[in-house]
Amino acid sequence: MSKVKKKIKLSNLLTYLLLATLGVLWLLPIGYLIYTAFRVTPSTGIINTLVPANLQLGVDNFVKLFKETAFPRWLLNTLLVSVSSCVLTTLFILMVSYALSRLRFRMRKPLINVLLVAGMFPGFMSMIAVYFILKAMGLTNSLVALVLVYSGSAALSYYICKGFFDTVPRAMEEAAIIDGANRFTVFQRFVLPLSKPIVVYTALTSFIAPWCDFIFVNTIISDREKYTVALGLYKMINAEKNSFNDNFTVFCAGALVVAAIIVTLFMSMQRYYVEGVTNGSVKG
Amino acid sequence: MKKRMRKRIVTDLYYALKDGSGKTRLSALIMGYGQLARKQIAKGSLYLLTELAFIAYMLFFGGRYIGHLFSGNLGTQLAGERWNEELQVFEKITGDNSFLILLYGVVSLAVVAGFLVIWAMNLKGNYENDLRIREGRALSTFAEDMRSLLDERFHITLLTLPLLGLVVFTVMPLIFMALIAFTNYDYAHMPPGKLFDWVGVKNFVEMFSFSGGGTGFAFVFLRVLVWTFIWAFFATFSNYFLGLFVALLIHRKGIRLKGFWRTLFVIVIAVPQFVTLLLMQKILDGDGILNALLGTRILWLTDQRWLSLLPRVMIILVNIWIGMPYTLLMCSGILMNIPTEYYEAATIDGAGPVRIFFKITLPYMMQVTAPYLITQFVGNINNFNVIWLLTGGGPVDNVHYGGGTQAQATDLLVTWLYRLTTDQNPRYNVASVIGIVIFVISAALSLVTYHRAAAKGEETFQ
Repeated sequence: MSKVKKKIKLSNLLTYLLLATLGVLWLLPIGYLIYTAFRVTPSTGIINTLVPANLQLGVDNFVKLFKETAFPRWLLNTLLVSVSSCVLTTLFILMVSYALSRLRFRMRKPLINVLLVAGMFPGFMSMIAVYFILKAMGLTNSLVALVLVYSGSAALSYYICKGFFDTVPRAMEEAAIIDGANRFTVFQRFVLPLSKPIVVYTALTSFIAPWCDFIFVNTIISDREKYTVALGLYKMINAEKNSFNDNFTVFCAGALVVAAIIVTLFMSMQRYYVEGVTNGSVKG
Repeated sequence: MKKRMRKRIVTDLYYALKDGSGKTRLSALIMGYGQLARKQIAKGSLYLLTELAFIAYMLFFGGRYIGHLFSGNLGTQLAGERWNEELQVFEKITGDNSFLILLYGVVSLAVVAGFLVIWAMNLKGNYENDLRIREGRALSTFAEDMRSLLDERFHITLLTLPLLGLVVFTVMPLIFMALIAFTNYDYAHMPPGKLFDWVGVKNFVEMFSFSGGGTGFAFVFLRVLVWTFIWAFFATFSNYFLGLFVALLIHRKGIRLKGFWRTLFVIVIAVPQFVTLLLMQKILDGDGILNALLGTRILWLTDQRWLSLLPRVMIILVNIWIGMPYTLLMCSGILMNIPTEYYEAATIDGAGPVRIFFKITLPYMMQVTAPYLITQFVGNINNFNVIWLLTGGGPVDNVHYGGGTQAQATDLLVTWLYRLTTDQNPRYNVASVIGIVIFVISAALSLVTYHRAAAKGEETFQ
């Protein structure tokens, strides 16, 4: 074996080692989450030893989660909210991006500026006002309010999607318009089918958002029965100071259920997600 | 550009009034009259109904609040009871509510703006009818109008609903909250028990004058601002370079299972952030598993010594764990797109791997990802979740952060803003000032990105 080859082999080995070390580092906390979720807490509730002498593993936490807490209810709430907000948000984003990318109308430039400016304020600065607007509409403590809030600001995130539409070739559309097709037909028949990656990306991100948000839910909803999983789990270990030890294993079980749902979804759509991230970020 | 546009809209309306027929002019008063008189029943009655609804709204609701809004104060009458001499009873008085006056005032102004747009459409539609009649063309039917919403006026169909949502849930609340910065709305002025009022720029003066001393608002604000920038800098670049590094490792020639390695890290992205962050918080807790394993009792997230240095470092480290996979994903996508000719040419010229990295890979990456870095930086300035879920902004440090300011050691501007609005003693006015500051910072940085992007047309990678 030549010297050069040996050198390459050695450096490859080092790379594998480094990658493996980093990989382990990155997965350790997740491993800990899984382990804790399946750990049956000893009666004292103390959790700060990794492997206690009387270690027991089992699904007790999951049983407790589904029997004794409102978790199934929260899961259903989150699912309802995220499905409806996913549909609305995706539609809104597609509509706005298409209009701003392809159609030319008088208020286009000013509109882009308004969207830019509105997007620069931190979102929850206006939370209190949103709460009172919802209250005036009689919508506090309802899941509909969450859907409205999530999809109401959808127009602000048009950027990545518009960037994609900008790159879709126009030749076919122009031909279709000359042949007398109206713009709606063009949108629906020519542009949408070519835009599958960005549609999936938009839908995926807007579906996941309600699973992760707890701030808006916390403001809008006070009824425990109407919590989403994020807020429910957050409150489970952050409501009272000493709730940590009592609820931590159950929290881990709940977190694992949520994570499993999102990971599955994510992995099955990873290809599109990567395309979206690369596409959107490169164009800024 | 904008000015010309506004001018065109105004001149259009001016011509409609000056040059239009009597029917058109009357429509400026009685909306839809022209259309009704010309047998465009559906359209005309829609306009007429809109006007009636608007008048009713202003009479019974909006007008009062707009009047209040421009009366110079936000209400004077407290709710309570008043002795009525004639009837010899206490009468209940529904007092003013400054909050509702301001909120409904803003809402009503938005309604007026919306009405003006419809009014302008009504006038223009009538004028177009005039022109059509003069040129001897037929008026458009309702069906034709509907059809044009899918064609020439497709943008109206597409934009109406999303923009309505935006106005109701973002623009109106933002205007409202920005106005709060000019009032004294805080825990001592909570309607309906107490009223609040305009105070001009007093909050801004309080925030930026150093008379409050070392723990007054101005110094605390500076501390929070400096930390916000330090955090944003480290959070952005640590993730970026580590992500690039790992991407390069995976991208190396001869490394197998590239997909597997990438997926390994990407799993962390797929687990919702609030889960991973809360988990990390518990791992790093004083009673947490890390201390148990190390046999120590280090307060990773609450140690106050050296200006809370340890919590700050831990936050940045945890953020690397959370955020690196994103950059990894993006960088590996871009690395695959670097034209191989560059590398081939460099290898022929005898450049080593280090030289290739600094002369080709890094400049290319920087060029392509510069906008990403800036947006990432802005994103980190507003990165609420990481700070809030890890330390909640704490530890509390009364020596450097005066009690009245409610700021804590690892607070970013956003988390400070959030605490000011959700604390038991909220100070909405101060929070609103901070929100405006955040806006100014984000706007300045975005302007840089915008200019870069505009200049990019001339730049090419070299």
